[in-house]
Amino acid sequence: MSERKMRVLIAKPGLDGHDRGAKIVARALRDAGFEVIYTGLHQTPEQIVETAIQEDVDAIGMSCLSGAHMTLFPKVTRLLREKGIDDILVTGGGIIPQEDIPKLKEEGIDMIFGPGTPLETIVKYHRENIVHSKNELEHPEDDTRK
Amino acid sequence: MNSNIPRMILGSNHMDLADRVLAKDKRAAARLITLIESEEEEAYEQLGILHASTGKAHIIGVTGPPGSGKSTIVDRLAKKIRAKGKTVGIIAVDPTSPFTGGAILGDRIRMVDLTLDEGVFIRSMGTRGHLGGLSRAASGAVKVLDAFGMDVVILETVGAGQSEVEIVSHAHTTVIVEMPGLGDEIQTIKAGIMEIADIFVINKADREGADKTAMEIQAMLGLNPEKPEWEPPILQTVARTDQGVDVLLEKVEEHYKYLKASGKFEKMVEMGIREELNTLIRGHLNRLADDMIDREQFDKMVNDILARKIDPYTAASQLVEDIENKLK
Ligand code: B12
Ligand SMILES: Nc1nc2c(ncn2[C@@H]2O[C@H](COP(=O)(O)OP(=O)(O)OP(=O)(O)O)[C@@H](O)[C@H]2O)c(=O)[nH]1
Ligand SMILES: [Mg+2]
Repeated sequence: MSERKMRVLIAKPGLDGHDRGAKIVARALRDAGFEVIYTGLHQTPEQIVETAIQEDVDAIGMSCLSGAHMTLFPKVTRLLREKGIDDILVTGGGIIPQEDIPKLKEEGIDMIFGPGTPLETIVKYHRENIVHSKNELEHPEDDTRK
Repeated sequence: MNSNIPRMILGSNHMDLADRVLAKDKRAAARLITLIESEEEEAYEQLGILHASTGKAHIIGVTGPPGSGKSTIVDRLAKKIRAKGKTVGIIAVDPTSPFTGGAILGDRIRMVDLTLDEGVFIRSMGTRGHLGGLSRAASGAVKVLDAFGMDVVILETVGAGQSEVEIVSHAHTTVIVEMPGLGDEIQTIKAGIMEIADIFVINKADREGADKTAMEIQAMLGLNPEKPEWEPPILQTVARTDQGVDVLLEKVEEHYKYLKASGKFEKMVEMGIREELNTLIRGHLNRLADDMIDREQFDKMVNDILARKIDPYTAASQLVEDIENKLK
């Protein structure tokens, strides 16, 4: 049995055209061995959720520098809840004022990464918070498996 | 959204995935493809259940050099197929880095308008070390979408150079997407890839040199002394503005009709099954060999080969003979 690969959707919601952060994060995750689905600019929350479903991703990461995060991010988590999906990690990044973070967390966004966050921090967070191998759970220390 | 509950446990029961796929549950289809990609035992059980419901989709392969416009063409083609009321599954393969094992799967960028279409399912895949332009899981994923009830399944390979001809054994109709201006045009279309094309498309015909590329392909095809039953048409498209894609769809449908009418379709499918069965048997035999080889004897042989006491050919025969004797 080959290993279960971690899959992450990196999405740019809304009309925001700042895509450097999203691309840099996508590349960092790829270089760390993740499969990254990148769908380009101007995604609606509905598109993001549907893509996450079809691609069966472990995490959705949204990048927003336009100031629209307070409407767009919660819309995604609400849609996920409506569809009964509670096993996808949701993160966000970009220009997000400190005072918005508690509210976003309340809405189900697991973590927010602001400007200047080292890429290793982002990679480490995803590694540690995506847990999905049955075998890992049953035999946490057993690496004699093939 | 993550309550730190492992996903495998959450969806703990995978035993009903096949039934849910047959009931057109996209999440089930998506999860089953994940299990196939991770080569989990349960995946094959579920695929086994689905087998009876497969064999209905027209499988179209789209291959060609990097950046020639494969994904854009797939997007346009899918929209036209949808306009005819048919449903479409898409598997798009992108390369996995051999160094990190990671991948950026970007084919969907060209297919964004299809995302919310109920009658479309798109899945991106990394090659995960598989050579040949596809991934090991691609054929399983095609079966899932076939059983799901997609009328057409389109399989986009990685940007293929010359030797990635594996697509032919997975697709009924193989479309090669070329583009003008790749320098010495014909260099990009080496023999192997020439022979697998059912349809040639020269995309980006808005650029200089499309006619020249078409002529060169024509000349290459003309070298074949035997006139084939199906002569691959050479089309020109501008996928970006949707030019020529309707003709492409016509040709794709024409090819499908030709396959059916000539009896080639049945033969092709049978060959595919033979190949698949062979591959599966070989997989089982490999595991059997792993289990049955006498490790001590094996290590001894290695030493003897090192010491030049025996040659590797004789050693291998002897080890296999031992297995055969055990099996008797
Ligand atoms: C470069 C830039 C541009 C470039 C964008 C190029 C591009 N293709 O991306 C250009 C010049 C085009 C541009 C245009 C505009 N910009 Co501008 N731009 C910037 C600038 C200077 C840097 C952004 C950047 O690329 N940073 C580098 C990347 C790597 O950092 P990052 O995106 O923050 O990402 C990091 C983290 O946030 C996090 N992260 C980000 N996304 C994600 C996602 C996930 C999943 C995770 C885990 C982490 C994560 O990780 C990254 C690494 O640490 C910022 C100011 C600033 N200092 O941020 C303004 C800024 C974002 N722009 C701004 C504005 C207003 C605009 C314009 C509207 C300006 C105008 N009037 O023309 C236009 C709109 C463009 C559009 N279509 O949307 C404002 C936004 C204000 C706001 N939100 O309230 C800013 C903040 C400047 C300011 N102080 O006013 N901009
Ligand atoms: N000029 C021109 N550009 C096109 C045309 N079709 C596609 N493109 C552009 O070519 C680029 C590559 O297109 P894709 O559809 O991603 O090509 P691809 O073959 O799928 O690429 P890979 O999957 O990376 O091998 C994009 O920028 C497209 O917009 C066309 O007909 N003319
Ligand atoms: Mg592509």
